[in-house]
Amino acid sequence: MVAKISALVGVLAVSIVAGVALGPVSIPFDVTVELLWAAVTGGTIPAELAGQYHIVWDIRLPRVLLAAVVGAGLSAVGVAMQAMVRNALADPYVLGISSGASVGAVAVATLGVLSSFGVYAMSAAAFCTALGASVLVFFVARTSRGLTPLRLVLTGTALGYGFSAVAMLLVFQAPRGDASRAAMLWLLGSLGGATWQSLPLATAVTGLGIAYLLRKARPLNALAMGDETATTLGVPVQRLRTHLFLITAAMTAVLVAVSGAVGFVGLMLPHLTRMVVGADHRKVLPLVPLAGAGFLVWVDVAARMLAAPEELPLGVITAALGVPCFIFLMRRRAYVFGGR
Amino acid sequence: MRVELQGVTVRGIISDISLQASAEVVGIVGPNGSGKSTTLRCVYRALKPDGGAVLIDGLNVHKRPHVARELAALTQESQVEFDFTVAEVVEMGRLPHERSVRDRQVVDEALATVDVSHLSGRSFLSLSGGERQRVLIARAIAQEPRVLVLDEPTNHLDIRHQLDVLALARGLGVTVLTVLHDLNLAASYCDRLYVLDEGRVVASGTPDEVLVPELIAKVFHVSAHVVRHPTTGVPQLLFDQEVTP
Repeated sequence: MVAKISALVGVLAVSIVAGVALGPVSIPFDVTVELLWAAVTGGTIPAELAGQYHIVWDIRLPRVLLAAVVGAGLSAVGVAMQAMVRNALADPYVLGISSGASVGAVAVATLGVLSSFGVYAMSAAAFCTALGASVLVFFVARTSRGLTPLRLVLTGTALGYGFSAVAMLLVFQAPRGDASRAAMLWLLGSLGGATWQSLPLATAVTGLGIAYLLRKARPLNALAMGDETATTLGVPVQRLRTHLFLITAAMTAVLVAVSGAVGFVGLMLPHLTRMVVGADHRKVLPLVPLAGAGFLVWVDVAARMLAAPEELPLGVITAALGVPCFIFLMRRRAYVFGGR
Repeated sequence: MRVELQGVTVRGIISDISLQASAEVVGIVGPNGSGKSTTLRCVYRALKPDGGAVLIDGLNVHKRPHVARELAALTQESQVEFDFTVAEVVEMGRLPHERSVRDRQVVDEALATVDVSHLSGRSFLSLSGGERQRVLIARAIAQEPRVLVLDEPTNHLDIRHQLDVLALARGLGVTVLTVLHDLNLAASYCDRLYVLDEGRVVASGTPDEVLVPELIAKVFHVSAHVVRHPTTGVPQLLFDQEVTP
């Protein structure tokens, strides 16, 4: 286990440096390391590297770090969500949060609301409507017996369709073509707008959320076996599910606000991790954020490079990389999440 | 430990169920839909009764701290979708307890007790129904409970494992409260029986007192003859083929 974690940390570190070095303007690996080292330690750099320093420090590093945070967060939320609603198809967006976020983001892109927030208008609006959507899902799904898995999924899916319809209507009604393009790019996920300012909140919320989930690994195992079983094992099921809902909703809202609705990571990385180490959350939860972080760093590299100078949406690449990988692993091992 | 149900009522399903069990094996029998499982669900806290209370050593199960350290249950819940290994499933029985160096040993012993040590690394979902049932019983044993609640523990088991599981439950020396469908198994392994019909306790006592043709006819609508088991002497039932009105 320690070996696996160390290996993934190593891979992630190399991926981050590679992610900074690679792009439409590639910077040699050793120069990248030198520049990063200088930036972190406050050292000096030769004057002729000032331009590359700007690319490395101001443009690429925040973006790569944000990719890592988003990948880590979405993967961990995916694991929690699948256990929380006991459903193999669950992902961070199954409770309608991304559709809710899209309403805010698209409203900014097409109607220009919240324009006083400047470049953060889209993130701010997406965050607000995402939280609004999860509050709505929470209260509609809730019964006197608390939150049950099936009601959560049904409510999230139904309301999600509603939110998507509103977002699509806004895109359809938009007079300007570039507005609907901006909206579409956001819906498929992009880290093009990443700056140092977008990092602290996303990192803090993701870090705290993952720390909470790691502490709850054993109760999550019990929850995965069923509500009644978890109860007999002393897990306060309703309280745990409510806490999980609040924490995953906050994490998802923050991540979607900075990156758009990057699909597939939160569905696939949990399964990929389980295929390797099994279902035990004590093994899955420490590994899945590291795997997700590394995965999304490379996805973002591909997004920048494949059609440079144009950027591809992240969602397109996560699917293009993920689906073959997923099918390969699923066929290679007798993977039985979802029963036989 | 003493388990006591005082007038437990769940609206529309069971009403005013009272029963006690203390360091013995107590069986609950009755026809389908008579409220057996609902009664047990109130005991293992999956359901909060609308009226009455479930007490363990005099204290309400919903108020007792760390009930899960004292009470383990085998439920009817069976839709597991996560691919845990057998060892991981049994290890979940240690969840209610403080983590300790004993955990590993308790799990190994529980696996050995129900004769599934050889399955330890196997995927739980790949097991047969009977193997799964034994693994879940191992989990309950790993919980080191003083009260064991079993909802049809012999489901999916062949005759040898049915006898094994019930003998095992008896041998644990803890208070066992079990729902059983098979009246002959109930007569063989339970110290006392409660008979439920339409959500009420209609009879209770030793198998000898309870399993009489009149009651069987009234509750199960079949006619039965009582014979003695040639070696153990416990009452066993033989059924006529036609159903009584």
